[in-house]
Amino acid sequence: MAGTTDQPAHDAADAPGRPVVAVDDLHVDYRVLATGRRAGADSGTKIFERRREIHVVHALKGVTFVAHANESIGVVGSNGSGKSTLMRAITGLTPATKGAVYASSRPNLLGVGAALLPELSGERNIYLGGLALGLKRGEIDDMFDDIVEFTGLKEFIHLPMRTYSSGMSARLKFAIATATRHDILIVDEALSVGDRAFQKKSEARIREIRESAGTVFLVSHQMQSIRDTCNRAIWIEKGELLADGPTEDVLAAYENRKV
Amino acid sequence: MSEISEVVEANGLHRVGARLPLGTYLRETWDRRDFIWTMAQYRLQSENERNRLGMGWVLLRPLLNALIYGLIFGVILGSSRPHNFIPYLLTGVFLFDFFTNSMLSGGRSIINNFQLVRSLSFPRLVLPLSVVLQQFLSFLPAIAMMLVLTVVFGSLPTWNWLLLIPLIVLFALFNTGVALVMARLTVHFRDLSQFVPYINRILFYTAGVFFNPATVLQSYPHLRLIFDWYPLNHVLALGRGILVRGYHIDYAYFWRLALWAVGLLVVGVIYFWAAEERYGRDD
Repeated sequence: MAGTTDQPAHDAADAPGRPVVAVDDLHVDYRVLATGRRAGADSGTKIFERRREIHVVHALKGVTFVAHANESIGVVGSNGSGKSTLMRAITGLTPATKGAVYASSRPNLLGVGAALLPELSGERNIYLGGLALGLKRGEIDDMFDDIVEFTGLKEFIHLPMRTYSSGMSARLKFAIATATRHDILIVDEALSVGDRAFQKKSEARIREIRESAGTVFLVSHQMQSIRDTCNRAIWIEKGELLADGPTEDVLAAYENRKV
Repeated sequence: MSEISEVVEANGLHRVGARLPLGTYLRETWDRRDFIWTMAQYRLQSENERNRLGMGWVLLRPLLNALIYGLIFGVILGSSRPHNFIPYLLTGVFLFDFFTNSMLSGGRSIINNFQLVRSLSFPRLVLPLSVVLQQFLSFLPAIAMMLVLTVVFGSLPTWNWLLLIPLIVLFALFNTGVALVMARLTVHFRDLSQFVPYINRILFYTAGVFFNPATVLQSYPHLRLIFDWYPLNHVLALGRGILVRGYHIDYAYFWRLALWAVGLLVVGVIYFWAAEERYGRDD
Protein backbone atom coordinates (compact mmCIF):
# COMPACT_ATOMS: atom_id res chain seq x y z
CA MET A 1 0.00 0.00 0.00
CA ALA A 2 2.83 2.35 0.91
CA GLY A 3 4.38 1.45 -2.45
CA THR A 4 1.58 3.14 -4.37
CA THR A 5 2.81 6.55 -3.25
CA ASP A 6 5.93 6.09 -5.28
CA GLN A 7 4.23 5.05 -8.46
CA PRO A 8 4.01 7.44 -11.40
CA ALA A 9 0.81 9.46 -11.42
CA HIS A 10 -0.34 8.21 -14.81
CA ASP A 11 -0.21 5.35 -17.30
CA ALA A 12 2.45 5.69 -19.96
CA ALA A 13 -0.22 5.31 -22.62
CA ASP A 14 -2.34 8.11 -21.24
CA ALA A 15 0.19 10.90 -21.26
CA PRO A 16 -0.78 13.83 -19.05
CA GLY A 17 -0.76 17.42 -20.23
CA ARG A 18 1.09 20.26 -18.62
CA PRO A 19 0.83 20.79 -14.87
CA VAL A 20 -2.17 22.96 -13.92
CA VAL A 21 -2.41 22.58 -10.16
CA ALA A 22 0.51 22.25 -7.77
CA VAL A 23 -0.16 21.58 -4.10
CA ASP A 24 2.95 22.28 -2.08
CA ASP A 25 3.25 20.89 1.45
CA LEU A 26 -0.25 22.06 2.28
CA HIS A 27 -1.27 22.36 5.91
CA VAL A 28 -4.69 23.57 7.01
CA ASP A 29 -5.65 24.12 10.63
CA TYR A 30 -9.11 25.05 11.76
CA ARG A 31 -9.59 26.97 14.94
CA VAL A 32 -12.92 25.93 16.33
CA LEU A 33 -14.69 27.45 19.26
CA ALA A 34 -15.92 24.41 21.11
CA THR A 35 -18.78 24.82 23.52
CA GLY A 36 -20.38 22.46 25.95
CA ARG A 37 -19.18 19.94 28.45
CA ARG A 38 -16.19 17.77 28.22
CA ALA A 39 -17.20 14.12 28.49
CA GLY A 40 -17.23 13.04 32.11
CA ALA A 41 -17.21 16.52 33.62
CA ASP A 42 -20.05 16.98 36.04
CA SER A 43 -20.23 20.78 36.07
CA GLY A 44 -21.68 22.97 33.34
CA THR A 45 -25.25 21.88 33.58
CA LYS A 46 -26.48 25.44 33.76
CA ILE A 47 -27.01 27.51 30.68
CA PHE A 48 -24.72 30.33 31.77
CA GLU A 49 -21.87 28.06 32.76
CA ARG A 50 -20.90 27.22 29.25
CA ARG A 51 -17.29 26.38 28.69
CA ARG A 52 -15.82 27.93 25.58
CA GLU A 53 -12.48 26.71 24.35
CA ILE A 54 -10.50 27.10 21.20
CA HIS A 55 -9.64 23.77 19.63
CA VAL A 56 -7.16 23.51 16.80
CA VAL A 57 -8.06 20.82 14.30
CA HIS A 58 -5.29 19.79 11.92
CA ALA A 59 -7.36 19.05 8.85
CA LEU A 60 -4.43 18.69 6.46
CA LYS A 61 -0.88 17.83 7.44
CA GLY A 62 1.45 18.42 4.55
CA VAL A 63 -0.15 17.28 1.27
CA THR A 64 1.92 17.54 -1.91
CA PHE A 65 0.98 16.59 -5.47
CA VAL A 66 0.77 17.96 -8.98
CA ALA A 67 -2.29 17.66 -11.23
CA HIS A 68 -2.09 17.93 -15.01
CA ALA A 69 -4.41 18.93 -17.80
CA ASN A 70 -6.28 15.93 -19.18
CA GLU A 71 -6.50 14.24 -15.84
CA SER A 72 -9.50 13.37 -13.79
CA ILE A 73 -8.57 12.58 -10.28
CA GLY A 74 -10.74 10.63 -7.89
CA VAL A 75 -10.35 11.62 -4.26
CA VAL A 76 -11.11 8.94 -1.69
CA GLY A 77 -10.87 8.69 2.07
CA SER A 78 -13.16 8.05 5.02
CA ASN A 79 -15.48 10.71 6.43
CA GLY A 80 -13.59 13.58 8.03
CA SER A 81 -10.31 12.61 6.41
CA GLY A 82 -9.77 16.07 4.94
CA LYS A 83 -11.00 15.53 1.35
CA SER A 84 -13.35 18.48 1.32
CA THR A 85 -10.85 20.69 3.11
CA LEU A 86 -8.29 19.83 0.42
CA MET A 87 -10.79 20.72 -2.30
CA ARG A 88 -11.66 24.03 -0.65
CA ALA A 89 -8.00 24.84 -0.25
CA ILE A 90 -7.44 24.12 -3.95
CA THR A 91 -10.12 26.64 -4.84
CA GLY A 92 -8.53 29.18 -2.50
CA LEU A 93 -11.63 29.35 -0.33
CA THR A 94 -9.87 27.92 2.72
CA PRO A 95 -6.53 29.51 3.51
CA ALA A 96 -3.41 27.42 3.93
CA THR A 97 -1.85 27.51 7.38
CA LYS A 98 1.44 26.46 5.82
CA GLY A 99 2.43 25.67 2.25
CA ALA A 100 0.45 26.86 -0.77
CA VAL A 101 -1.63 25.89 -3.76
CA TYR A 102 -0.64 27.12 -7.22
CA ALA A 103 -2.81 26.90 -10.29
CA SER A 104 -2.88 28.03 -13.91
CA SER A 105 -6.43 29.36 -13.55
CA ARG A 106 -8.78 29.53 -10.63
CA PRO A 107 -10.26 26.10 -9.88
CA ASN A 108 -14.04 26.01 -9.61
CA LEU A 109 -15.96 24.13 -7.04
CA LEU A 110 -19.18 22.66 -8.32
CA GLY A 111 -21.08 24.66 -5.76
CA VAL A 112 -23.50 26.86 -7.63
CA GLY A 113 -26.29 25.74 -5.30
CA ALA A 114 -25.56 28.47 -2.78
CA ALA A 115 -26.39 31.18 -5.32
CA LEU A 116 -29.84 29.84 -6.13
CA LEU A 117 -33.13 31.04 -4.64
CA PRO A 118 -35.65 28.34 -3.77
CA GLU A 119 -38.61 30.69 -4.19
CA LEU A 120 -37.84 31.29 -7.85
CA SER A 121 -38.40 29.08 -10.86
CA GLY A 122 -35.76 26.75 -12.28
CA GLU A 123 -35.60 29.02 -15.30
CA ARG A 124 -34.66 32.10 -13.29
CA ASN A 125 -32.23 30.11 -11.22
CA ILE A 126 -30.43 29.03 -14.37
CA TYR A 127 -29.78 32.71 -15.09
CA LEU A 128 -28.87 33.55 -11.53
CA GLY A 129 -26.53 30.57 -11.22
CA GLY A 130 -24.92 31.25 -14.58
CA LEU A 131 -24.26 34.87 -13.65
CA ALA A 132 -22.85 33.78 -10.30
CA LEU A 133 -20.42 31.57 -12.19
CA GLY A 134 -19.29 34.56 -14.20
CA LEU A 135 -21.20 34.00 -17.44
CA LYS A 136 -22.71 36.84 -19.42
CA ARG A 137 -26.46 37.02 -19.91
CA GLY A 138 -26.09 36.44 -23.65
CA GLU A 139 -24.01 33.32 -23.07
CA ILE A 140 -26.70 31.93 -20.79
CA ASP A 141 -29.34 32.67 -23.43
CA ASP A 142 -27.31 30.57 -25.86
CA MET A 143 -26.91 27.57 -23.60
CA PHE A 144 -30.30 27.78 -21.89
CA ASP A 145 -31.93 25.04 -23.98
CA ASP A 146 -28.99 22.71 -23.52
CA ILE A 147 -29.07 23.19 -19.78
CA VAL A 148 -32.79 22.45 -19.59
CA GLU A 149 -32.30 19.46 -21.86
CA PHE A 150 -29.55 18.11 -19.61
CA THR A 151 -31.62 18.47 -16.44
CA GLY A 152 -34.51 16.58 -17.99
CA LEU A 153 -36.84 18.92 -16.05
CA LYS A 154 -38.52 20.51 -19.04
CA GLU A 155 -42.05 20.48 -17.65
CA PHE A 156 -40.95 21.67 -14.20
CA ILE A 157 -38.63 24.47 -15.25
CA HIS A 158 -41.25 27.18 -14.57
CA LEU A 159 -42.05 25.94 -11.07
CA PRO A 160 -40.32 27.33 -7.98
CA MET A 161 -37.22 25.40 -7.06
CA ARG A 162 -38.53 24.72 -3.56
CA THR A 163 -41.03 22.32 -5.12
CA TYR A 164 -38.21 20.18 -6.58
CA SER A 165 -37.05 16.96 -4.98
CA SER A 166 -33.43 16.81 -3.85
CA GLY A 167 -32.55 14.75 -6.91
CA MET A 168 -34.17 17.31 -9.21
CA SER A 169 -32.30 20.19 -7.52
CA ALA A 170 -29.06 18.28 -7.86
CA ARG A 171 -29.68 17.84 -11.58
CA LEU A 172 -30.33 21.53 -12.00
CA LYS A 173 -27.21 22.53 -10.06
CA PHE A 174 -25.00 20.10 -11.91
CA ALA A 175 -26.35 21.20 -15.27
CA ILE A 176 -25.77 24.88 -14.52
CA ALA A 177 -22.33 24.34 -13.07
CA THR A 178 -21.03 22.24 -15.94
CA ALA A 179 -22.64 24.22 -18.77
CA THR A 180 -19.63 26.48 -18.96
CA ARG A 181 -16.17 25.23 -19.86
CA HIS A 182 -14.00 24.78 -16.82
CA ASP A 183 -10.27 24.35 -16.96
CA ILE A 184 -10.24 22.95 -13.46
CA LEU A 185 -13.45 21.63 -11.93
CA ILE A 186 -14.03 20.13 -8.51
CA VAL A 187 -17.04 17.86 -8.02
CA ASP A 188 -17.61 17.13 -4.36
CA GLU A 189 -20.23 14.44 -3.69
CA ALA A 190 -22.60 16.01 -6.16
CA LEU A 191 -23.42 12.87 -8.06
CA SER A 192 -24.65 10.75 -5.20
CA VAL A 193 -28.18 12.17 -5.01
CA GLY A 194 -29.15 11.66 -8.64
CA ASP A 195 -30.70 8.47 -9.99
CA ARG A 196 -28.67 5.97 -12.00
CA ALA A 197 -29.50 7.52 -15.38
CA PHE A 198 -28.44 10.95 -14.20
CA GLN A 199 -25.25 9.61 -12.69
CA LYS A 200 -24.32 8.08 -16.03
CA LYS A 201 -25.08 11.34 -17.78
CA SER A 202 -22.98 13.39 -15.37
CA GLU A 203 -20.10 10.96 -15.53
CA ALA A 204 -20.15 11.29 -19.28
CA ARG A 205 -20.01 15.05 -18.90
CA ILE A 206 -17.01 14.82 -16.58
CA ARG A 207 -15.23 12.69 -19.17
CA GLU A 208 -16.08 15.34 -21.78
CA ILE A 209 -14.47 18.05 -19.68
CA ARG A 210 -11.37 15.96 -19.28
CA GLU A 211 -11.18 15.18 -22.99
CA SER A 212 -11.27 18.87 -23.81
CA ALA A 213 -8.06 19.33 -21.83
CA GLY A 214 -9.76 20.11 -18.53
CA THR A 215 -8.85 18.75 -15.13
CA VAL A 216 -11.50 17.27 -12.85
CA PHE A 217 -11.33 16.35 -9.19
CA LEU A 218 -14.11 13.99 -8.17
CA VAL A 219 -14.73 13.43 -4.47
CA SER A 220 -16.97 10.44 -3.95
CA HIS A 221 -17.66 7.45 -1.80
CA GLN A 222 -18.96 5.56 -4.80
CA MET A 223 -16.02 3.61 -6.10
CA GLN A 224 -17.83 2.77 -9.32
CA SER A 225 -18.20 6.46 -10.21
CA ILE A 226 -14.49 6.98 -9.70
CA ARG A 227 -13.57 3.86 -11.67
CA ASP A 228 -15.78 4.96 -14.55
CA THR A 229 -14.50 8.52 -14.77
CA CYS A 230 -11.02 8.87 -13.28
CA ASN A 231 -7.62 7.87 -14.56
CA ARG A 232 -5.87 8.76 -11.33
CA ALA A 233 -6.83 8.64 -7.68
CA ILE A 234 -5.52 10.03 -4.44
CA TRP A 235 -6.31 8.69 -1.02
CA ILE A 236 -6.41 11.06 1.92
CA GLU A 237 -6.56 9.74 5.46
CA LYS A 238 -6.34 11.86 8.63
CA GLY A 239 -5.07 14.82 6.67
CA GLU A 240 -2.24 12.94 4.98
CA LEU A 241 -1.80 11.72 1.46
CA LEU A 242 -1.68 7.93 1.78
CA ALA A 243 -1.62 7.00 -1.87
CA ASP A 244 -1.48 8.64 -5.28
CA GLY A 245 -1.50 6.71 -8.52
CA PRO A 246 -3.58 4.98 -11.20
CA THR A 247 -7.21 4.59 -10.11
CA GLU A 248 -7.17 0.79 -9.95
CA ASP A 249 -4.11 0.57 -7.70
CA VAL A 250 -5.23 3.24 -5.27
CA LEU A 251 -8.80 1.96 -5.04
CA ALA A 252 -7.59 -1.59 -4.51
CA ALA A 253 -5.43 -0.43 -1.64
CA TYR A 254 -8.26 1.72 -0.25
CA GLU A 255 -10.79 -1.10 -0.37
CA ASN A 256 -8.42 -3.62 1.19
CA ARG A 257 -7.70 -1.24 4.01
CA LYS A 258 -11.35 -0.60 4.64
CA VAL A 259 -12.36 -4.24 5.08
CA MET B 1 9.36 20.75 -2.16
CA SER B 2 11.88 22.31 -4.52
CA GLU B 3 10.44 20.00 -7.18
CA ILE B 4 7.11 21.73 -6.75
CA SER B 5 8.59 25.20 -6.98
CA GLU B 6 10.25 24.16 -10.24
CA VAL B 7 6.90 23.01 -11.59
CA VAL B 8 5.32 26.27 -10.45
CA GLU B 9 8.07 28.32 -12.09
CA ALA B 10 8.15 26.38 -15.34
CA ASN B 11 4.42 26.52 -15.94
CA GLY B 12 3.60 30.00 -14.80
CA LEU B 13 1.24 28.86 -12.06
CA HIS B 14 0.18 31.42 -9.47
CA ARG B 15 -0.97 31.18 -5.92
CA VAL B 16 -4.68 30.49 -5.56
CA GLY B 17 -6.84 32.87 -3.54
CA ALA B 18 -4.51 35.85 -3.61
CA ARG B 19 -6.23 39.24 -3.46
CA LEU B 20 -6.38 41.17 -6.73
CA PRO B 21 -4.93 44.68 -7.03
CA LEU B 22 -7.62 47.31 -6.45
CA GLY B 23 -7.91 48.37 -10.10
CA THR B 24 -8.34 44.82 -11.40
CA TYR B 25 -10.69 44.10 -8.53
CA LEU B 26 -12.96 46.99 -9.45
CA ARG B 27 -12.87 46.00 -13.12
CA GLU B 28 -13.88 42.44 -12.24
CA THR B 29 -16.68 43.79 -10.10
CA TRP B 30 -17.86 45.88 -13.03
CA ASP B 31 -17.79 42.76 -15.22
CA ARG B 32 -20.20 41.22 -12.74
CA ARG B 33 -22.73 44.06 -12.99
CA ASP B 34 -25.30 41.73 -14.56
CA PHE B 35 -24.96 39.44 -11.56
CA ILE B 36 -25.29 42.36 -9.12
CA TRP B 37 -28.41 43.57 -10.86
CA THR B 38 -30.07 40.18 -11.31
CA MET B 39 -29.37 39.10 -7.75
CA ALA B 40 -30.85 42.34 -6.41
CA GLN B 41 -33.94 42.03 -8.56
CA TYR B 42 -34.55 38.31 -7.96
CA ARG B 43 -33.95 38.50 -4.23
CA LEU B 44 -36.39 41.35 -3.93
CA GLN B 45 -39.03 39.29 -5.69
CA SER B 46 -38.17 36.14 -3.84
CA GLU B 47 -38.44 37.83 -0.44
CA ASN B 48 -41.91 39.07 -1.14
CA GLU B 49 -43.12 36.12 -3.19
CA ARG B 50 -44.78 34.22 -0.38
CA ASN B 51 -46.54 37.16 1.22
CA ARG B 52 -50.07 37.64 0.01
CA LEU B 53 -49.49 41.35 -0.51
CA GLY B 54 -46.15 40.68 -2.19
CA MET B 55 -44.41 43.86 -3.22
CA GLY B 56 -47.08 45.86 -1.44
CA TRP B 57 -45.04 45.43 1.73
CA VAL B 58 -42.34 47.64 0.27
CA LEU B 59 -44.84 50.50 0.69
CA LEU B 60 -46.72 49.27 3.71
CA ARG B 61 -43.71 49.00 5.99
CA PRO B 62 -42.64 52.68 5.90
CA LEU B 63 -46.29 53.73 5.88
CA LEU B 64 -47.02 51.83 9.08
CA ASN B 65 -43.85 53.24 10.60
CA ALA B 66 -44.93 56.76 9.74
CA LEU B 67 -48.36 56.10 11.20
CA ILE B 68 -46.95 54.90 14.52
CA TYR B 69 -44.41 57.71 14.89
CA GLY B 70 -46.99 60.21 13.73
CA LEU B 71 -49.49 59.14 16.38
CA ILE B 72 -46.98 58.91 19.21
CA PHE B 73 -44.73 61.88 18.59
CA GLY B 74 -47.48 63.99 17.12
CA VAL B 75 -49.13 63.82 20.52
CA ILE B 76 -45.98 64.00 22.68
CA LEU B 77 -44.45 66.93 20.87
CA GLY B 78 -47.74 68.82 21.04
CA SER B 79 -47.28 72.44 20.04
CA SER B 80 -43.51 72.06 19.42
CA ARG B 81 -44.34 69.84 16.46
CA PRO B 82 -42.57 70.98 13.32
CA HIS B 83 -44.66 73.06 10.99
CA ASN B 84 -46.60 70.98 8.39
CA PHE B 85 -46.09 67.91 10.56
CA ILE B 86 -47.56 65.11 8.45
CA PRO B 87 -45.55 65.71 5.25
CA TYR B 88 -42.56 66.54 7.46
CA LEU B 89 -42.79 63.15 9.15
CA LEU B 90 -43.56 61.23 5.95
CA THR B 91 -40.48 62.52 4.13
CA GLY B 92 -38.40 61.81 7.22
CA VAL B 93 -39.59 58.23 7.69
CA PHE B 94 -39.50 57.27 4.01
CA LEU B 95 -36.02 58.67 3.44
CA PHE B 96 -34.57 57.29 6.64
CA ASP B 97 -35.96 53.86 5.85
CA PHE B 98 -33.59 53.54 2.88
CA PHE B 99 -30.63 54.20 5.15
CA THR B 100 -31.81 51.75 7.80
CA ASN B 101 -32.35 48.95 5.30
CA SER B 102 -29.02 49.54 3.59
CA MET B 103 -27.09 49.55 6.84
CA LEU B 104 -28.83 46.50 8.32
CA SER B 105 -28.78 44.28 5.27
CA GLY B 106 -25.45 45.62 4.04
CA GLY B 107 -23.92 44.68 7.37
CA ARG B 108 -25.19 41.14 6.99
CA SER B 109 -24.35 40.82 3.29
CA ILE B 110 -21.23 38.69 3.82
CA ILE B 111 -22.24 36.64 6.84
CA ASN B 112 -25.67 35.85 5.40
CA ASN B 113 -24.10 34.64 2.16
CA PHE B 114 -21.45 32.57 3.84
CA GLN B 115 -22.21 29.45 1.80
CA LEU B 116 -22.07 31.40 -1.43
CA VAL B 117 -18.77 33.00 -0.46
CA ARG B 118 -17.39 29.59 0.42
CA SER B 119 -18.35 27.91 -2.82
CA LEU B 120 -17.87 30.38 -5.67
CA SER B 121 -15.15 32.86 -6.39
CA PHE B 122 -16.08 36.38 -7.43
CA PRO B 123 -15.18 39.79 -6.04
CA ARG B 124 -17.02 39.86 -2.71
CA LEU B 125 -17.79 43.52 -3.33
CA VAL B 126 -20.63 42.18 -5.47
CA LEU B 127 -22.58 41.14 -2.37
CA PRO B 128 -22.91 44.45 -0.46
CA LEU B 129 -23.42 46.30 -3.75
CA SER B 130 -26.22 43.97 -4.74
CA VAL B 131 -27.84 44.28 -1.33
CA VAL B 132 -27.83 48.08 -1.45
CA LEU B 133 -29.16 47.97 -5.01
CA GLN B 134 -31.96 45.72 -3.79
CA GLN B 135 -32.80 48.28 -1.08
CA PHE B 136 -32.64 51.01 -3.68
CA LEU B 137 -35.10 49.15 -5.91
CA SER B 138 -37.56 48.81 -3.07
CA PHE B 139 -37.00 52.48 -2.23
CA LEU B 140 -38.20 53.58 -5.68
CA PRO B 141 -41.90 52.83 -5.19
CA ALA B 142 -41.56 54.40 -1.74
CA ILE B 143 -40.38 57.64 -3.37
CA ALA B 144 -43.43 57.64 -5.63
CA MET B 145 -45.63 57.03 -2.61
CA MET B 146 -43.94 59.87 -0.72
CA LEU B 147 -44.55 62.25 -3.61
CA VAL B 148 -48.21 61.32 -3.81
CA LEU B 149 -48.68 61.72 -0.06
CA THR B 150 -46.95 65.11 0.14
CA VAL B 151 -49.32 66.33 -2.57
CA VAL B 152 -52.29 64.89 -0.72
CA PHE B 153 -51.18 66.80 2.38
CA GLY B 154 -50.91 70.11 0.61
CA SER B 155 -47.60 70.53 -1.25
CA LEU B 156 -47.66 71.20 -4.96
CA PRO B 157 -45.14 69.82 -7.48
CA THR B 158 -42.50 72.35 -8.56
CA TRP B 159 -39.38 72.24 -10.72
CA ASN B 160 -37.44 71.93 -7.50
CA TRP B 161 -38.66 68.35 -7.29
CA LEU B 162 -36.00 67.51 -9.89
CA LEU B 163 -33.43 68.16 -7.15
CA LEU B 164 -34.61 64.89 -5.63
CA ILE B 165 -32.53 63.10 -8.26
CA PRO B 166 -29.10 64.36 -7.13
CA LEU B 167 -30.25 64.01 -3.52
CA ILE B 168 -31.15 60.35 -3.96
CA VAL B 169 -27.97 59.62 -5.91
CA LEU B 170 -25.83 61.10 -3.12
CA PHE B 171 -27.92 59.31 -0.51
CA ALA B 172 -27.44 55.99 -2.31
CA LEU B 173 -23.66 56.51 -2.51
CA PHE B 174 -23.58 57.38 1.17
CA ASN B 175 -25.57 54.26 2.06
CA THR B 176 -23.26 52.12 -0.07
CA GLY B 177 -20.25 53.42 1.83
CA VAL B 178 -21.94 52.65 5.15
CA ALA B 179 -22.94 49.17 3.94
CA LEU B 180 -19.38 48.36 2.84
CA VAL B 181 -17.84 49.38 6.15
CA MET B 182 -20.51 47.49 8.10
CA ALA B 183 -20.17 44.39 5.91
CA ARG B 184 -16.49 44.06 6.79
CA LEU B 185 -16.86 45.01 10.45
CA THR B 186 -19.56 42.38 10.91
CA VAL B 187 -17.21 39.72 9.56
CA HIS B 188 -14.62 40.63 12.21
CA PHE B 189 -17.11 41.16 15.02
CA ARG B 190 -20.11 38.98 14.38
CA ASP B 191 -21.90 40.35 17.45
CA LEU B 192 -22.07 43.68 15.73
CA SER B 193 -25.06 42.46 13.73
CA GLN B 194 -26.94 42.31 17.04
CA PHE B 195 -25.84 45.80 17.93
CA VAL B 196 -26.47 47.56 14.62
CA PRO B 197 -30.21 47.97 15.23
CA TYR B 198 -29.34 50.10 18.29
CA ILE B 199 -26.90 52.24 16.33
CA ASN B 200 -29.68 52.69 13.84
CA ARG B 201 -32.12 53.73 16.54
CA ILE B 202 -29.70 56.31 17.91
CA LEU B 203 -29.31 57.77 14.44
CA PHE B 204 -33.06 57.64 13.87
CA TYR B 205 -33.77 59.63 17.01
CA THR B 206 -31.00 62.17 16.42
CA ALA B 207 -31.27 62.80 12.69
CA GLY B 208 -34.51 64.74 13.06
CA VAL B 209 -37.02 62.33 11.56
CA PHE B 210 -39.91 63.75 13.60
CA PHE B 211 -38.49 66.91 15.16
CA ASN B 212 -36.66 69.90 13.77
CA PRO B 213 -33.15 70.18 15.22
CA ALA B 214 -33.02 73.82 14.15
CA THR B 215 -35.83 74.79 16.54
CA VAL B 216 -35.30 72.21 19.29
CA LEU B 217 -31.63 73.12 19.70
CA GLN B 218 -32.07 76.86 19.49
CA SER B 219 -30.56 77.39 22.94
CA TYR B 220 -27.62 75.01 22.41
CA PRO B 221 -25.48 76.62 19.69
CA HIS B 222 -22.56 74.17 20.02
CA LEU B 223 -24.91 71.21 19.46
CA ARG B 224 -26.20 72.89 16.35
CA LEU B 225 -22.64 72.84 15.02
CA ILE B 226 -22.81 69.04 14.98
CA PHE B 227 -25.95 69.23 12.90
CA ASP B 228 -24.11 71.35 10.37
CA TRP B 229 -22.08 68.25 9.50
CA TYR B 230 -24.62 65.50 10.16
CA PRO B 231 -25.15 63.78 6.78
CA LEU B 232 -28.39 62.00 7.67
CA ASN B 233 -29.88 65.24 8.88
CA HIS B 234 -28.76 66.87 5.61
CA VAL B 235 -30.62 64.23 3.61
CA LEU B 236 -33.81 64.81 5.57
CA ALA B 237 -33.47 68.61 5.56
CA LEU B 238 -32.88 68.65 1.80
CA GLY B 239 -35.79 66.28 1.22
CA ARG B 240 -38.09 68.61 3.15
CA GLY B 241 -36.68 71.69 1.48
CA ILE B 242 -37.58 70.14 -1.84
CA LEU B 243 -40.96 68.63 -0.99
CA VAL B 244 -42.57 70.24 2.02
CA ARG B 245 -44.16 73.68 1.99
CA GLY B 246 -42.59 76.17 4.37
CA TYR B 247 -39.06 74.66 4.31
CA HIS B 248 -36.25 75.98 2.18
CA ILE B 249 -33.36 74.20 0.47
CA ASP B 250 -29.98 74.86 2.08
CA TYR B 251 -27.62 74.33 -0.86
CA ALA B 252 -24.59 74.13 1.43
CA TYR B 253 -26.04 70.82 2.62
CA PHE B 254 -25.72 69.44 -0.89
CA TRP B 255 -21.95 70.01 -0.93
CA ARG B 256 -21.46 68.66 2.55
CA LEU B 257 -23.53 65.59 1.78
CA ALA B 258 -21.58 65.07 -1.46
CA LEU B 259 -18.34 65.25 0.49
CA TRP B 260 -19.60 62.70 2.99
CA ALA B 261 -21.02 60.39 0.32
CA VAL B 262 -17.95 60.30 -1.92
CA GLY B 263 -15.53 60.17 0.99
CA LEU B 264 -17.34 57.35 2.72
CA LEU B 265 -17.71 55.41 -0.53
CA VAL B 266 -13.97 55.59 -1.26
CA VAL B 267 -13.10 54.65 2.31
CA GLY B 268 -15.70 51.86 2.23
CA VAL B 269 -14.46 50.32 -1.02
CA ILE B 270 -10.81 50.32 0.08
CA TYR B 271 -11.61 49.10 3.57
CA PHE B 272 -13.80 46.30 2.20
CA TRP B 273 -11.29 45.28 -0.48
CA ALA B 274 -8.40 45.15 1.98
CA ALA B 275 -9.98 42.15 3.75
CA GLU B 276 -11.03 40.33 0.57
CA GLU B 277 -9.10 37.16 1.46
CA ARG B 278 -10.66 37.12 4.88
CA TYR B 279 -14.29 36.66 3.82
CA GLY B 280 -15.61 33.12 3.98
CA ARG B 281 -13.12 31.91 6.57
CA ASP B 282 -14.11 30.34 9.83
CA ASP B 283 -11.76 32.01 12.28
